[in-house]
Amino acid sequence: MRNGRGVDPTRRTFVSYIDKSREFYLTRGYDNPYRWAHFAEVPFVRLPRPLSAAVVTLVTTAMPEPDTVADTHELHTVYSMPSDRPPTRLSTHGLFWDRQATHTDDLDSYFPVHRLQECVADGRIGRLAARLHGVPTEYSQRATSERDAPEILRRCREDGADAALLVPL
Amino acid sequence: MSLVARHLEANGIATVILGSARDIVEHCGVPRFVFTDFPLGNPCGKPYDVAMQRRIVAMGLALLESARAPRTTVQTPFVWSDDEAWRDAFMQSESAGATPPRA
Repeated sequence: MRNGRGVDPTRRTFVSYIDKSREFYLTRGYDNPYRWAHFAEVPFVRLPRPLSAAVVTLVTTAMPEPDTVADTHELHTVYSMPSDRPPTRLSTHGLFWDRQATHTDDLDSYFPVHRLQECVADGRIGRLAARLHGVPTEYSQRATSERDAPEILRRCREDGADAALLVPL
Repeated sequence: MSLVARHLEANGIATVILGSARDIVEHCGVPRFVFTDFPLGNPCGKPYDVAMQRRIVAMGLALLESARAPRTTVQTPFVWSDDEAWRDAFMQSESAGATPPRA
């Protein structure tokens, strides 16, 4: 039974990627499903100043195009991009996204740097931080929590960022 | 990415995630989340749809200001297509990519 927009009203609308990935691996003989991060407590802070005066950065899970880096090691580490000269393209190769349904040819569909620049021009936000950042997609939650997240924080603090938009593919 | 948001927030930087994997983000628990119910790949709006991208980014910025408690999720009003087949088709073949998203 489907309503006018094609949604099946007998099922939840949004896709469960936790369920899908578990079943994907179980059907292929892996009986040790990925254990997704889960926390009872969630931190929270208010913006320290009005958005119109705030410094905002952007963080992506996309990676540099391999032909734009000198050392391929940079493809698997935290990296940064100057916000006044943002990349024209990033690599989404190897990341988890729906290649059958869509594409990632338009940077702003997952890394909305030009939309944020418009917000600066409109006065909606104070300015962009000097650097925007990329974080590798890691199987190891420890690597993300203990290595990559602190490095992103360090760079955000160096740039005086008040807020961050984070966009996983 | 949710782990990065949590770390930044715990150290005084306000965060908002723009994403399409609702269960993964909410399972982890993040301060602010703008959910767009699209196939994974375009969480900031359809490719080349500048007006939609502006609205989704605007919702993210508004949530930075308006949220009063953690785990605040808002959902954008956008529908990918009348054909919902992408929901069931994803991960039914190897071509979809075999690396699950991480927290």
